[in-house]
Amino acid sequence: MPAVSKGDGMRGLAVFISDIRNCKSKEAEIKRINKELANIRSKFKGDKALDGYSKKKYVCKLLFIFLLGHDIDFGHMEAVNLLSSNKYTEKQIGYLFISVLVNSNSELIRLINNAIKNDLASRNPTFMCLALHCIANVGSREMGEAFAADIPRILVAGDSMDSVKQSAALCLLRLYKASPDLVPMGEWTARVVHLLNDQHMGVVTAAVSLITCLCKKNPDDFKTCISLAVSRLSRIVSSASTDLQDYTYYFVPAPWLSVKLLRLLQCYPPPEDAAVKGRLVECLETVLNKAQEPPKSKKVQHSNAKNAILFETISLIIHYDSEPNLLVRACNQLGQFLQHRETNLRYLALESMCTLASSEFSHEAVKTHIDTVINALKTERDVSVRQRAADLLYAMCDRSNAKQIVSEMLRYLETADYAIREEIVLKVAILAEKYAVDYSWYVDTILNLIRIAGDYVSEEVWYRVLQIVTNRDDVQGYAAKTVFEALQAPACHENMVKVGGYILGEFGNLIAGDPRSSPPVQFSLLHSKFHLCSVATRALLLSTYIKFINLFPETKATIQAVLRAGSQLRNADVELQQRAVEYLTLSSVASTDVLATVLEEMPPFPERESSILAKLKRKKGPGAGSALDDGRRDPSSNDINGGVEPTPSTVSTPSPSADLLGLRAAPPPAAPPASAGAGNLLVDVFDGPAAQPSLGPTPEEAFLSPGPEDIGPPIPEADELLNKFVCKNNGVLFENQLLQIGVKSEFRQNLGRMYLFYGNKTSVQFQNFSPTVVHPGDLQTQLAVQTKRVAAQVDGGAQVQQVLNIECLRDFLTPPLLSVRFRYGGAPQAFTLKLPVTINKFFQPTEMAAQDFFQRWKQLSLPQQEAQKIFKANHPMDAEVTKAKLLGFGSALLDNVDPNPENFVGAGIIQTKALQVGCLLRLEPNAQAQMYRLTLRTSKEPVSRHLCELLAQQF
Amino acid sequence: YASLYFCCAIEDQDNELITLEIIHRYVELLDKYFGSVCELDIIFNFEKAYFILDEFLLGGEVQETSKKNVLKAIEQADLLQEDAKEAETPRSVLEEIGLT
Repeated sequence: MPAVSKGDGMRGLAVFISDIRNCKSKEAEIKRINKELANIRSKFKGDKALDGYSKKKYVCKLLFIFLLGHDIDFGHMEAVNLLSSNKYTEKQIGYLFISVLVNSNSELIRLINNAIKNDLASRNPTFMCLALHCIANVGSREMGEAFAADIPRILVAGDSMDSVKQSAALCLLRLYKASPDLVPMGEWTARVVHLLNDQHMGVVTAAVSLITCLCKKNPDDFKTCISLAVSRLSRIVSSASTDLQDYTYYFVPAPWLSVKLLRLLQCYPPPEDAAVKGRLVECLETVLNKAQEPPKSKKVQHSNAKNAILFETISLIIHYDSEPNLLVRACNQLGQFLQHRETNLRYLALESMCTLASSEFSHEAVKTHIDTVINALKTERDVSVRQRAADLLYAMCDRSNAKQIVSEMLRYLETADYAIREEIVLKVAILAEKYAVDYSWYVDTILNLIRIAGDYVSEEVWYRVLQIVTNRDDVQGYAAKTVFEALQAPACHENMVKVGGYILGEFGNLIAGDPRSSPPVQFSLLHSKFHLCSVATRALLLSTYIKFINLFPETKATIQAVLRAGSQLRNADVELQQRAVEYLTLSSVASTDVLATVLEEMPPFPERESSILAKLKRKKGPGAGSALDDGRRDPSSNDINGGVEPTPSTVSTPSPSADLLGLRAAPPPAAPPASAGAGNLLVDVFDGPAAQPSLGPTPEEAFLSPGPEDIGPPIPEADELLNKFVCKNNGVLFENQLLQIGVKSEFRQNLGRMYLFYGNKTSVQFQNFSPTVVHPGDLQTQLAVQTKRVAAQVDGGAQVQQVLNIECLRDFLTPPLLSVRFRYGGAPQAFTLKLPVTINKFFQPTEMAAQDFFQRWKQLSLPQQEAQKIFKANHPMDAEVTKAKLLGFGSALLDNVDPNPENFVGAGIIQTKALQVGCLLRLEPNAQAQMYRLTLRTSKEPVSRHLCELLAQQF
Repeated sequence: YASLYFCCAIEDQDNELITLEIIHRYVELLDKYFGSVCELDIIFNFEKAYFILDEFLLGGEVQETSKKNVLKAIEQADLLQEDAKEAETPRSVLEEIGLT
């Protein structure tokens, strides 16, 4: 085709671009740009009205300047003017400018939306497409609000041009991704599904993307797409390479569409209809067969397109995980790729095989490729490929090949890239633990890890080995012997000293019988490392020494001498100094019995998820987790707290100061940070930063001191406190020795106002007083709470008031949190409460006659609309009190509705900004059994359940 | 690609190979339109590069994979542009000289 546009461009623009390109320096360029900006500004401000062409040219120049990385703060108005031009070329530039330089200036957005609206209604397909492209490129919420309702109409209108349909489909997709709540589902959804049958392949291509996204949220509404997608796919797969004309890409028929269809099918389980399923399996087999055919072209585009389909097919087979035959074929195909000369294919094959390894049908087949994978780990030149190989080895590991894989990984670790060492260490540690038949192998493996890559062995790894050794007495002697030997190396890693110090302190007695490792030898071996170690390790070793005094009385004199040395007793580090002083005194004043009790062997650690696994998951991010925590091999639940190991000292210690005696390197007894402030002043003082051990940053310290933005979990009583306010609006929300928080609130329709009164009960001023309201999770979109700041100081005995304006946007289940922080006498206080805002506050009582009630009751008869609870009375069953509570809850009480006068019936509407939820309730007391039965029916399932739970706790 | 470099952000479940071919197809489109595209074509006609991209990809998804259809759309737009151009040429050329 002729390069029509080349000469027609704007000459001014071309000259400007050349000028910029000719600039010799950055300064010259900036100068030229500033000159141009001044010129454009004066033109835009000038009295003379600019014609469309000039406007277009200047807007284009601004765009170019912006693309060079400079800020543009004017010209938006001119661009908007171009939008409304009737000349296509001007409109086009206007749209481009808006699309590239989105500005959320509300005034402009209104104008832009107006122009878009006109173009959408223009029935001129080119204009419509421009408008749709602009919406899709900007995708802002404002645009969603303005157009989400129109676009489905354009999409399914019979008279829309194909190109408009394509743009409309993807535009809608973009809006849906950005703000799913704005796109209304409706009868158009069924017609969208039928676009899969459209004559025009381009329309199908665009529609599949939309459907794939929509059906993830509403699988049932789009179920019919399965059979349509299968038949479409089957037609493409079985077509000859020339059938599809321009949709054939390097001899591959419609590769993009095929990939998208295969992705769509991955949103669903295998088709239930046998005929559909048969047809699909046939398709999948055809794809696998084609992979074996000789290529129709040597071009990389041909093989890429073909293999893209193949990999997507394999993903679908893995997703179904139900056709052993296909799974094994897929695995064999990937096996071929493992040795392919294209690095990309080897990479992808390793990656896909990782997921295959977790299927019970193909796990064995994957295992047959172990040698190839190990070879890849050793010889691949690209680090990302090696990493995939390591992932695959990890995924295919089981009891039968664990020793081989672990030893290969250890060998690889010696030369591995620094970037992936830590991950390999974690993997080895996990595999060694998971598949350890005898724990001496496990101990050897971990010690090897420390030897080879000590710097990359994180705390989690060596904590874990200590836990396992502590918990298994069959391996303790072996562990002591092995660490003793390892420590004899002239240069050993500090982590080795830590593990060695701990293990010998606990189990050194098990090898003390051998004269080569007699107590004095053990001690002098450890002490020879002491001076080279960090403070944390030295602190740990001091604990080991006091344990030695208990285990081996013959070392007492030597060790006391060490503790007494000036370098310990007067150490500049307070932690070391304190340990030295306390241990020295303990060893001199305590009788052997007391010493033996205080320094008793550590009790077993409670079993829980390996913190290493948790760390690996964190490292890999949620996306990659699937290969690691697939149900087949690791059913243990994912414990968020896995990173912090429980400490034994709180369980066993007989003396209150014993946590100083335990290992500081093991986490300190972690009082939950939030509850400390609320509950006990004493705990709080000890927990303050001043009392933090000065042991260098250990991970649990970081855990204990949340950043300013984090807030702790609500205090344990928060739920109970919240319950008190479900049926009333005023009262005391919280009280401890320092502070009282009172609440007064009123609600009308979907709005509410709450007054919080903070009273300082002490005679001392609170400083940095800052109560803030936090919306956890989705709540932000459900409830809007505006707060005013309060004074940062609260004088002793004084009260400050905080006003909260509340708007309920849509139904919500969890209340907002109120985080209160202040300093009292220098000690920071922090706790979190649940703000007494529950969904029932937005109840509006509705009176209705018995007839109406029953009619509505019947309308809400779907099982999910009803929530019911039968529960024991917690309070005396008094009809008047119950009435008051139900009225306080917010519903109207309807008399003469229920045939049984003992029963209570209520009705109301929950008002939110987005929607109203009608609620009916019935409470049946049974005085004899002291039980209630509560039934809630609303039009929204979560609301029924939530109201039922809230109300059930009130009686 | 003839001194052109492309950068494509995809999600981790996206099909990498087909993404490579998306880039290739875009180059083919540019090639066809500019006649063996080079960096300067894109610099001096950046708006055209945008328009072609909009026809091919939209909202991060492939919209139209047929080369013919994409180019037809662009060609049509250019024809509209030509028409518009004809009408305004006399005046703008004059201004052009003085302005740059």
